[in-house]
Amino acid sequence: MMNSRFFVPLSCVIIFSALVGIGFIIPQWAMFLATMALAKGLVALGIVILMRAGLVSFGQGLYFCIGAYVSGLMANWTGITDIILLSILGILVSVILATVCAKLLSGYRGIFFAMLTLSLSMILYGALSKMSMIGGTDGLNVSAPTFLGFAPEGRALGFSLYFYTCLVSVIAGGFIRVYFNSERGLTALAIRDNELRVEYLGSSVKSAISAGYIMAAAVGGLGGVIAGLAIGHVDPEYAYWTTSGEFVFVAILSGFFSITAVFASSIVLEIVRSFSNLYFPNTWQLVLGVFLLIVILLLPNGLGSLFNKLRRRGDSE
Amino acid sequence: MDLLAVILVDGLIYGAWLFIVSVGLTLTFGVLNILNMAHGGLYAIGAYTTATAVGIYFANGGDAFPLGSYAVMVFAALLVAVVLGPLLERGLLRHFYDRDHVVIVLVTYGIFLILEDVMKLIWGVTPLFVSEPYSLLGNVEMGPLFYVTYDFLVIGVAIVAGLIVWYVLNRTRQGKVVLAVIHDREMSRTMGVNVNKVFMVSFMAGVFLAALGGALTAPMISVSPGISVNVIILAFAVVIIGGLGSIEGAAIGALFVGIARAASVHMLPAAELFIIYLVMAAVLVFRPEGLFPKTEARKI
Amino acid sequence: MSTPEPPGGNPDDIVLQAKNLNKAFGAVTAAKDVNVAVPRGAVWSLIGSNGAGKTTFVNMVTGYLRPDSGTILFNDKNITGMEPRKITRLGISRSFQIPQLCAELTALDNMLVSLGSANEQASFFRSAHSADSVASATEMLERFRIVDYRHRTMAELPAGVRKLLDIAMAITGDPQVLLLDEPTSGVAAEEKYPLMDLVMEALEGANVTVMFVEHDMDIVARYSQRVLAFYDGQIIANDTPDHVMQDESVRRFVTGGAAATAGGASC
Repeated sequence: MMNSRFFVPLSCVIIFSALVGIGFIIPQWAMFLATMALAKGLVALGIVILMRAGLVSFGQGLYFCIGAYVSGLMANWTGITDIILLSILGILVSVILATVCAKLLSGYRGIFFAMLTLSLSMILYGALSKMSMIGGTDGLNVSAPTFLGFAPEGRALGFSLYFYTCLVSVIAGGFIRVYFNSERGLTALAIRDNELRVEYLGSSVKSAISAGYIMAAAVGGLGGVIAGLAIGHVDPEYAYWTTSGEFVFVAILSGFFSITAVFASSIVLEIVRSFSNLYFPNTWQLVLGVFLLIVILLLPNGLGSLFNKLRRRGDSE
Repeated sequence: MDLLAVILVDGLIYGAWLFIVSVGLTLTFGVLNILNMAHGGLYAIGAYTTATAVGIYFANGGDAFPLGSYAVMVFAALLVAVVLGPLLERGLLRHFYDRDHVVIVLVTYGIFLILEDVMKLIWGVTPLFVSEPYSLLGNVEMGPLFYVTYDFLVIGVAIVAGLIVWYVLNRTRQGKVVLAVIHDREMSRTMGVNVNKVFMVSFMAGVFLAALGGALTAPMISVSPGISVNVIILAFAVVIIGGLGSIEGAAIGALFVGIARAASVHMLPAAELFIIYLVMAAVLVFRPEGLFPKTEARKI
Repeated sequence: MSTPEPPGGNPDDIVLQAKNLNKAFGAVTAAKDVNVAVPRGAVWSLIGSNGAGKTTFVNMVTGYLRPDSGTILFNDKNITGMEPRKITRLGISRSFQIPQLCAELTALDNMLVSLGSANEQASFFRSAHSADSVASATEMLERFRIVDYRHRTMAELPAGVRKLLDIAMAITGDPQVLLLDEPTSGVAAEEKYPLMDLVMEALEGANVTVMFVEHDMDIVARYSQRVLAFYDGQIIANDTPDHVMQDESVRRFVTGGAAATAGGASC
């Protein structure tokens, strides 16, 4: 077995190099697609964090939306366009809001948790739709980002965004992998199985769930910042429940064993979406629904379980 | 007519409509333990089927007896229930009964997505209008305001539907069997209850109620893609406020939300879009399992 | 501190005390004026027919149920109605009649969860499977002779192993008081003594106060120094096993004729 201390950073470096390498050869539309897929993958990763504790959030669109609005409003109000600063702000706002929401949400389980997260997201949707000073239902445009003073345009902008997205996705993924492997990470899995027991072992289930929810909000906000900058526009739809539904879809598709699988699933979904938009414009949801049913039926633990099986087979040989 | 009365009447009308579109959801949850996201899709299919059926009715001499269109509406809802109920429950859902709650929600979410596009394939994307049944009964004058009589018909249907569901569950032999299944599935099975049949019939009843909601709504709106999306979230909010699986809860939840929305429309229009979620969040804060929660047995 | 505790615990050092506990579920009385003072280091058993109030007592002490009235003191600190987690942190642990394991985790991971929870500063970064943690978890499994099952999940564990794992998890946090809810129920008759021997062995030298709920009178007589007999929510006898089994009301309401004879035979 490989020394686990170096395993995570090493995998991160390898994956990052591979992603950037791919960026040099793929066309611009594919780069945009990959940027969006990774950004949304970050949000889905948040759901996966919660899934490990047995919860599904049907409202991660809330943080996706907040991140995107932060990137849009900051440029308009303060002229900040630096992507790193915007990311930090987006994460910060998300984390602060999540800390408040977590107090309420950590007492709920199962369907109640799902519906409450959904309703929080829909409250934001409703509020933003009515706020005409920031665009109402039309939303607002987001200025192109700068990168530590560097202001690229055209293909360079697309590539810079892609590069940045790969970087933060890999870093976030690495940290979350470390968390999954940690003592707290194992406790989360135990909560999924038997919350009562965990409480009787002296661990606080509520604080574990709050921690997971706040982490999920952080990556959700980060994903939102990137998506807003990549699209160049943000509107309340980011917080609509069907947007959150797609994140849940990615999380279910990937399962909660592998972080790579989350991003891979997100990429698969974006590719399927592009092709159905092109060839079957009216049956995108049909494709998505059938796909979802097949995954649930055939891969109850998601794509990640396939990865794990392969890895285990590799280990035993 | 003062504002309070207006809010009450509007709230009652809206609440009645909410009850009809959500009672099937709570019934399905109560019996099968499934929170059916496809409920909104079934509602929309009810609306589309009604639009088509009523259209055919009037195109074929229905004008001679326009009230017959109401029977056509109910028939359309029945048709949806008889066709789709067994198909979805026997064909799909039963394979997931032993899985986690949330997984089944996702399965029904998948069904919801599929139904969305199936509707587009069948009925296209151009809106359908069947307003005849809506205007048929004329208006009612209340003070300075006019109400469409049909709106009161909706209240009537809500009351009748609620009473029937309550009566069947609590006062008939078959209803007692269903209650037994709700209480203890395994025990009922060993006592010789055909649980599969109870599931299928209950699910069909849920589909019928969803489709009936759509059928009643079709004359009031333009039937177009996307009507399902909002309804499902409204219905969810109502049954969660009421306590999942509780018929009385759904009634009170619907009334709650109906009046809250009417109040917001008249007093705080900016909040109209999210008042329902505020109500839901507020109720859950004080009653974490809704107003009429199911009781749970001791775990250890 | 070097003097060994007398058998039955030191009567001057009360670790757990229940005062006038009452609890009702609707019309059913689950606890009625329950008064107990348990000395540190004692091994006591709780007997009584189903519904007599034994588990309710355990559930109240460990915070699963809040008594309608009365107080529970642990080391003279009032713990009535505290959350289970906080009570566990203070030093009262419990096992369950139906083992409460994390079903999808292996036996080793279950142990690691309890080790991680026992440590208040559980980390977001330190690996749960660090060599140290795995070593101590394995050592704990060895103590209970279930180490061979460490890579199996709950579905693959025999009932007796589940019971032992459940108890092992309860012991991980080095509790001062350990409440065992029917440790030998669901275990084959010939495994009951070995199971109890293992538990007692594992606790040796730790000066843990043990209270266990038990139906088997032979086990009660063999392992406990004192018996609390419950009937209808009340404690109807609180004495040594010999005396309790001779007690008229215990024979009538709890053990029944046959069990009393069995108990008598073992005296």
